[in-house]
Amino acid sequence: MKQKLLHTIAISALALSAVAAHAEGKLNIYNWGNYTNPEMVKKFEEQHGIEVTLDGYDSNETMLAKVKEGNTGYDIVVPGDYMIAIMIKEGLLAEINASEMENFKNVNPDWVDVYWDPGRKYSVPYQWGTTSFTVDSDVYGGDVNTLALIFDTPEELKGRINMLNDMNDVINAGLRYLDYPRCNSDPEQMKELLALLVKAKDDWRTMDYSVIEKLTSKDVDLSQSWNGAAMRARADRPTLTYAYPKEGFTGWMDNVAVLSDAPNMDNAKLFVNFMMDPENAAMTSNFARYANGVIGSEEFMDAEMLEAPEIVMPAGAPVPDFVQPCDQDVVDLYNQVWTRLKQ
Amino acid sequence: MAKLSSLFSRSTGSRELRKQPLFTGMSWLVLFMLYAPITVLIVFSFNDNRSVVRWTEFSLRWYSAALENDDIRDAALISIQVAFTATFFATIIATMAALATTRSGQYWGKSASIALINQPLMIPEIVTAIATLSFFSILRHITGVTGIGWLILAHTVFCVPFAYMPIRARLTDMSVTYEAAAADLYASPLQTFRYVTLPLLMPGVVAGAMLAFVVSLDDVIITLLVAGPGETTLPIYILGQIRRGVTPEVNAVSTILIGVTVIMVTLTFFLQRKRK
Amino acid sequence: MPGASRISRDANTTLLMAKKERSRQTRRARFLLLLPVLLVIGIFGLFPLSIALVYSFLEPGTYGGVEWVFSTDAYVQFLFERDIFDDTLTFNSAYLQIFGRSFGLAFITMIGTLILGFPVAYFIAARPPEQRNFWLFAITLPFWTNLLIRTYSMLLIVRDEGIVNLLLINMGIINEPLEMLYTDGAVLAGLVYSYLPFMILPIYASLEKFDFSLLEAGHDLYASRVQVFRHIIIPITRPGIVAGCVLVLIPALGAFITPELLGGGKKLMIGNLIALQFGAGRNWPFGSAAALILMALVLISLLISLRVGAAKEGSHG
Repeated sequence: MKQKLLHTIAISALALSAVAAHAEGKLNIYNWGNYTNPEMVKKFEEQHGIEVTLDGYDSNETMLAKVKEGNTGYDIVVPGDYMIAIMIKEGLLAEINASEMENFKNVNPDWVDVYWDPGRKYSVPYQWGTTSFTVDSDVYGGDVNTLALIFDTPEELKGRINMLNDMNDVINAGLRYLDYPRCNSDPEQMKELLALLVKAKDDWRTMDYSVIEKLTSKDVDLSQSWNGAAMRARADRPTLTYAYPKEGFTGWMDNVAVLSDAPNMDNAKLFVNFMMDPENAAMTSNFARYANGVIGSEEFMDAEMLEAPEIVMPAGAPVPDFVQPCDQDVVDLYNQVWTRLKQ
Repeated sequence: MAKLSSLFSRSTGSRELRKQPLFTGMSWLVLFMLYAPITVLIVFSFNDNRSVVRWTEFSLRWYSAALENDDIRDAALISIQVAFTATFFATIIATMAALATTRSGQYWGKSASIALINQPLMIPEIVTAIATLSFFSILRHITGVTGIGWLILAHTVFCVPFAYMPIRARLTDMSVTYEAAAADLYASPLQTFRYVTLPLLMPGVVAGAMLAFVVSLDDVIITLLVAGPGETTLPIYILGQIRRGVTPEVNAVSTILIGVTVIMVTLTFFLQRKRK
Repeated sequence: MPGASRISRDANTTLLMAKKERSRQTRRARFLLLLPVLLVIGIFGLFPLSIALVYSFLEPGTYGGVEWVFSTDAYVQFLFERDIFDDTLTFNSAYLQIFGRSFGLAFITMIGTLILGFPVAYFIAARPPEQRNFWLFAITLPFWTNLLIRTYSMLLIVRDEGIVNLLLINMGIINEPLEMLYTDGAVLAGLVYSYLPFMILPIYASLEKFDFSLLEAGHDLYASRVQVFRHIIIPITRPGIVAGCVLVLIPALGAFITPELLGGGKKLMIGNLIALQFGAGRNWPFGSAAALILMALVLISLLISLRVGAAKEGSHG
């Protein structure tokens, strides 16, 4: 037992020294898990002679909690649109003036003056997509482009639905169905929403983020989903159809940004510029399976990405709804509704 | 009369009485249930399909992918490193604490000490995580010290109660006569500990260490918030994959870990055997 | 004889001094032994606790964090809901329900691990000494794999198109798949599975040194198997059982990843509720308050268990 202990301590010490290897020029990236193309990272490392560490978070909120405390040691984060707005307000992001960087000309003009970072002083596009739902057209043959499938479920889909385990996504979908505004602080409307959700919940089977597993294993036949995840699920279950409900659906964009207390500020800026190159943006898209906001990346992207109905919205679809962060009293109200829904 | 019969039946009857067939049957059932998911995990690491839920055909691609994947390899190594170090310190601390709080009758501060030792258990992990995050952030700022030591420290803290409980349970049952005998033979307290107490205590210490190790290896929430750059552990890596699709690489890594552990322990076992 | 009484008086004093010196040594030794744990947990364990306590009496900050303004809203919120219109308080049972559900589940998990874990601990302790480490290893090996992966593997077994259903349908026992996943039963199974070693190891530790010849003594005295069990085995293992129960019950109360994966996520556990407050819910004070309330309840159970353990210790030589 003692020998084994010494033996393993020795191994640990070795491992420790291996991991804590010193290198000039470092960059610490903090991104969503499984969202950064390792080949792209290698390319950046070779191009600039910088050693990159990559760590993952599972939600915007986890990242915010860590970053708020400061001294995380991270340089780059990739927050969603509403989170960028929050972080700018809290002074957590460095003003890198991305609009003045060399590769900025490649950024699609549609994504420059966005509500969360007008003029792109703090961030650049990473990936963008929509959050709607996908359904097996073998199981349900009717028109899929309506939220009625979730809130007034037809017989064949009852008990076969998965919703995202996300307070905002579920509540926003309900608000759209009732045609009420987002960031809703009207108590009467929210009461009606709660009643709707509670009734609909009976027809839902689960509320979980692991959408692809649930669809491919046939636990559910309809799932609220991000468009890229829906595309991946369709690879294993070809009859899945991504819906663009007439009542509306969420649009989101994840953005590359630099923390205001980044230890490697210059390397971070190099990385931001690197991300605006069409070839690199395409590498990300090919890996993460979402659209990027960089013009010219199409020629480097997989053919599937350019044709998939999940990525390329059909002509008649409504404009994606980018939802701004809500005030505290709205969040409190949402919190109550969510707890009541799940109590 | 009882003594005489026990002398005779020690070799045969006692074995029988130990058996309690119901218990043996249940144990095998539990073992089966414990290993069922593991078997599934291993089998699916050889699945050609990308999905962890459907089987297509046999393939080793995930093993080559896992071995090439620096991130997952680093994550596994870090997990092991943190778990070993934290277990090491936690077990030592817990053993000392157990010695001080067991078999010693009431003294001032005893209940408080025991409550303190178990405190990390009592508070939900997410709260410890947030608070430790704040605290460490201040400390990091003041001392300027960074590195994986903070994460190991956080792990050690919550490993201590897990190591403490089995040791204490063991110690409670141990008779003091052996140690008293040693003292009578002029053994110093240290010698008594080393040659009498510790060997007797060893099963408790081993049990405590194993528990602590398992707990550290699996920790998600505290690690998620406290870990710094380059300190991603395996659970964090997997958690990050959940939203975007878990790949069988993880199965492959887990199988490799199991394999390595089995080999290491078997080797140790044979080495010990040889020495005897 | 005057000399003798003086000698005995001196001897007495010397003895007294020796005893005092001994107890001082003991106290110092004890203090030194306790020092590391007091330092480590005192600083790095209690401090988070006090931060949580402070947070629970503050107001939530925008976008998470706290505002340094004193308020008891967080605790009030636990039981009461403030009406939007007239600001009166109405009783809100939502959080109590969540707490109740988690406690119930954790308690049943504890019973489940006890029922399944005790036989295993006994089985291992009853093995010949050379074999025991092997069996211990065999029991803990599955837990060296990551919890998330193990849970996913469980999914593969119990889901609608999982292994169990596949077998049952192929053997013609059933026609429609059994819906085992996303039920309370699945959550229970998952929790018992996760916490089994926490029950087995402490019981084993207290059972390992058990002199099995005592069983024969009981048998010789014409005790039945059940009586032997009740009067000999159980008392010996009580510290282990208590330790195991504590190690299972308390983490089970805070568990939320496993319940979410296996239960479907339609119901909140305490862990989910608290995590939500530190995430999208943006109400750190309430999260802290809920955690402290949980802790208070747990502390009470722990004190009770200490009494039970102390009773055993007191009777020990």
